[in-house]
Amino acid sequence: MTAAIREAATAPPQRGGHPDRAYAPYRSTALRAPSQPLVVASPSLVERTAPVFGAADVAPIDADLTQHSTGEPLGERIVVTGRVLDAAGRPVRHQLVEVWQANAAGRYRHDGDLHPAPLDPHFVGGGRCLTDDDGRYRFVTIKPGAYPWRNHHNAWRPAHIHFSLFGTAFTQRLVTQMYFPGDQLFALDPIFSSVTDEKAQQRLIARYDHDTTVAEWALGYQWDIVLDGPGATPPDPDEV
Amino acid sequence: MTGPPEPTPSQTVGPFFAFGLPFDGGGDVVPPGTAGAISLHGTVRDGNGAPVPDALLEFWQAGPDGRLPTRGGSMARDGRTFTGFARVPTDRAGDYTVRTLRPAPVAGSTEAPHLAVTVFARGLLFHLFTRVYFPNHTEANAADPLLSSLPPERAATLIAVPDGWFGGPGYRFDIRMQGAGETVFLDLTGDGAQRSSTIDGAGPA
Repeated sequence: MTAAIREAATAPPQRGGHPDRAYAPYRSTALRAPSQPLVVASPSLVERTAPVFGAADVAPIDADLTQHSTGEPLGERIVVTGRVLDAAGRPVRHQLVEVWQANAAGRYRHDGDLHPAPLDPHFVGGGRCLTDDDGRYRFVTIKPGAYPWRNHHNAWRPAHIHFSLFGTAFTQRLVTQMYFPGDQLFALDPIFSSVTDEKAQQRLIARYDHDTTVAEWALGYQWDIVLDGPGATPPDPDEV
Repeated sequence: MTGPPEPTPSQTVGPFFAFGLPFDGGGDVVPPGTAGAISLHGTVRDGNGAPVPDALLEFWQAGPDGRLPTRGGSMARDGRTFTGFARVPTDRAGDYTVRTLRPAPVAGSTEAPHLAVTVFARGLLFHLFTRVYFPNHTEANAADPLLSSLPPERAATLIAVPDGWFGGPGYRFDIRMQGAGETVFLDLTGDGAQRSSTIDGAGPA
């Protein structure tokens, strides 16, 4: 697999550091990547705005994944926080951030996960929050475990948390994965490695931050997210 | 001096999003029994034409008044505010259904009324954008900058097909991710610089 990853890494990087959808080392791309080039289109007025979320959509407890059951989940409690920014570096305020992840043993609460690792009765693994005035999100959770998958022989995913983000325009939509620093599985993982540009790879990895760490309670990680794509048009005064 | 920040790269939604992203009634932009409600439904298929049972679709649209929603509540939905947002996973047969209202033209828009669509799936490292247009807007569709720029057979992949259902009017909008009849997917980055993906590596790298 590392040879296939190395070979694919010689292709010129994609704009923005995004993966090429037809990335051969990740087998499932073979029938799901379009064969036709994307059609360049100017974003419509619809695509220049975004779905709106608010207090009704998110409860404060949704951001603490350790509180979604009657007891404490097993594993290493962590705080993950950072800012959501647009391509100009402006904070994306009051917008929805969603996460989902495996438990500390590397098992998802999903019928399709056949990894013989234990489910944790006290961990579901989904969370959401709204960014604040500064574009900041914050989750309390458990550090997810690595897990095997069937892409190739002895394939393992590095520990990661899935993130889903909205901007101020539909064009800025992003689903991605956050990784933890120093993981030995990065170079062996075709999904992480589908981002071929090394600098872009670094943008997927959270940073351990001792100031975020809460004494005698949880280790802290910082991870800022930058949304690609054109932003919204200025708000219509009639709509504000 | 530092320039603008570099984007965070995309990664696949993977196979296990079911407990993270879908929410109850995610396809019900309007409640059952709403006057004028339509069903928008279809099947997502891969390059072999096989149904894709683990895709997630999102739709975003103006309302029948041509206005884009600006109030929160897109997941909670109070039952009276049109939120314009739907999120639906495909089922085991690769099918999805959304209940919504037809969008009206957005004031000042050069585009014909449409829904913006995002496609996520396991095996898709970077989501795909497309649009749903409606066949009855003949003049607006003919003048639409995107539809009018496409060969007719490709433009047809973006136009929903009338397909009644037991609850009233409906439209079918199938999504073909690859191969024969492949849906037109959009590069909306604005600068046209995004490279295309090819499955055989023969195109632009």
